[in-house]
Amino acid sequence: MSAVTMVAAINAALRDAMDGDDKVVVFGEDVGRLGGVFRVTDGLSDRFGPQRCFDTPLAESGIVGLAIGLAIRGYRPVPELQFDGFSYPALDQALNQLAKYHSRSGGLVDLPVVVRIPSFGGIGSPEHHSESPETHFAHTAGLKVVCPSTPGDAYSMLREAIECPDPVVYLEPKQRYWTREEIDLPLRTEPMDQAVVRRAGDDVTLVAYGNAVATAMAAAAEAEVQAGLAVEVIDLRSLAPIDVDAVVASVEKTGRCVVVHEAPRTLGIGAEVAALVQERAFYHLEAPVLRATGFDTPYPPARLERDWLPGVDRVLDAVQAVWEQ
Amino acid sequence: MSKDGTHDLELLRQMLRIRRFEERCVELYSASAIRGFLHLAIGEEACAVGVFQALGPEDAVVSTYREHGHALARGISMRAVLAELEGKVEGTSRGRGGSMHLFDAGARFYGGNAIVAGGLPVAIGLALADHLQGRRRVTACLFGDGAVAEGEFHESMNLAALWHLPVLFVCENNLYAMGTSLARAQAETDLALKASAYRMPAWAADGMSVRDVEDTARRAADAVRAGGGPYFVELRTYRFRAHSMYDPDRYRDKAEIERWKERDPIPALVTELTEAGLLSEATWRAIQDGVQAEVDDATAYAESGTLEPVEDLTRFCVADADADAGAEAVAGQALAESRVP
Repeated sequence: MSAVTMVAAINAALRDAMDGDDKVVVFGEDVGRLGGVFRVTDGLSDRFGPQRCFDTPLAESGIVGLAIGLAIRGYRPVPELQFDGFSYPALDQALNQLAKYHSRSGGLVDLPVVVRIPSFGGIGSPEHHSESPETHFAHTAGLKVVCPSTPGDAYSMLREAIECPDPVVYLEPKQRYWTREEIDLPLRTEPMDQAVVRRAGDDVTLVAYGNAVATAMAAAAEAEVQAGLAVEVIDLRSLAPIDVDAVVASVEKTGRCVVVHEAPRTLGIGAEVAALVQERAFYHLEAPVLRATGFDTPYPPARLERDWLPGVDRVLDAVQAVWEQ
Repeated sequence: MSKDGTHDLELLRQMLRIRRFEERCVELYSASAIRGFLHLAIGEEACAVGVFQALGPEDAVVSTYREHGHALARGISMRAVLAELEGKVEGTSRGRGGSMHLFDAGARFYGGNAIVAGGLPVAIGLALADHLQGRRRVTACLFGDGAVAEGEFHESMNLAALWHLPVLFVCENNLYAMGTSLARAQAETDLALKASAYRMPAWAADGMSVRDVEDTARRAADAVRAGGGPYFVELRTYRFRAHSMYDPDRYRDKAEIERWKERDPIPALVTELTEAGLLSEATWRAIQDGVQAEVDDATAYAESGTLEPVEDLTRFCVADADADAGAEAVAGQALAESRVP
């Protein structure tokens, strides 16, 4: 076992996938010679050559379109869009093309593409570099959306995403890039479409993903210290599809649910989870499902970031509110 | 012109197939057998037929939404194309694609596209795959003049030229992006000149002359296949009908339309071949009868086809779960489970 960062785990997953299948290719802005802004693709171009890990011009639609064409021809492309906000210029190719080729071809053409996107905030970077793009993708049928919160999951889920016959949007919580976990690579964790219980408890269910999992875990620990509450933390991992069974099983036990995410509140994943919970577990609920989220504003400048993000305090407020109902 | 005219007669026959097919589409649209949008290329047949002479079965095609003629010229059966337009499962992609998204992986016809310029980045990916594998194949990418204004055009032109990819860009310039004329949309209306800024050879051809189109396309495709990198061909053409069946066509001068109709590529070739002694009245009659029979056969085939059952609505969304459960069933299940205290 060794302490592995998420960056190293993702790098290892790419390297192992490329070792195992010469149809796996990596490309994007500065992923080759530079090794990526966050050094996620460091060394891949040297190891596999510029035909399998290469730099592109700043052309996000072009990058996703390249992936579609390559996938039609039997490749398993893993393009990177350098920052969350940079995925928006690629939305035409992602939402109008990538998501729809399988259906448009009557099920004959698979597109095993993994679009990696360093995502979310918490590192002091401004708007366009701290966006939460998940709803745009999760709202589009034909795309799978996953988001690891630990180095082990980052490795395992990326390997599984690359093996998947469908397009997968793989959101990397860049605030967690340098967190370490004692693991042995290679490893496989739970299947990527399953949610995982990170901390068990009978009193309140916290549902989170990405950066917010660590916040939820900290809040759960604090709730135990402050109020003696046993808070269960569910790491969704997959945002499309959502593992509703796992959430419902927890809420049937606790009767109380809070969803935590950085993304703005309106029409975020939290809205969907709340809707699913009331559809499936209405008579188990002791309180309305609450959300601790980012605000419905553009992402703030660095000095206001900590006030904008749903921190432990805001999560605890929500936990207390559902508990006291 | 071939000595015995065989090839020219085939060009004529193919243009007539597309013309008669689309005229039948108008009837079927009026009868509501074809639903949604319908964009016809009547007047532009020389482009489709000429370009596809230059492509082999190993080459790939990425097209745009005005692509019935491209699909037919590619050799996709008229039966399958019409069934697709009518939303029948016997269509090229089970009726899922429809008029704007004809798709046939077997024919390496990777789709029409309702997003103007949406197919260009995909074409770059297909060509990159060939390039990486050292295959001498061409990816032909067809689009209209409207696409030239889109960002994806510029991203794709640059990528193809930068990486020396085997792409044949074919711009069917019919002078109008729906209702907006080229002069109202482009600072530089010479599209071949514009393309040449990307350091690729770029030529314009008379899109109303099937022979000129074929010659230009062959020269371009041969250069691409020989490893010369991308090539841009602008085909100067005109659509005789409105943009779509909904379009009142108020933005064009009627006299302009009539002037272009005088250059209709089909009668022009008929006259030329007749005067050269290569087309007799009887041969022309036989060609027309043969085409009519094919269109009638395709119509009957599509009419007798099967509409996709509603139970299939959620299928083919993703590959590993070609779901058989309908949306209604899921909602019903959720409701039933929520009633259990």
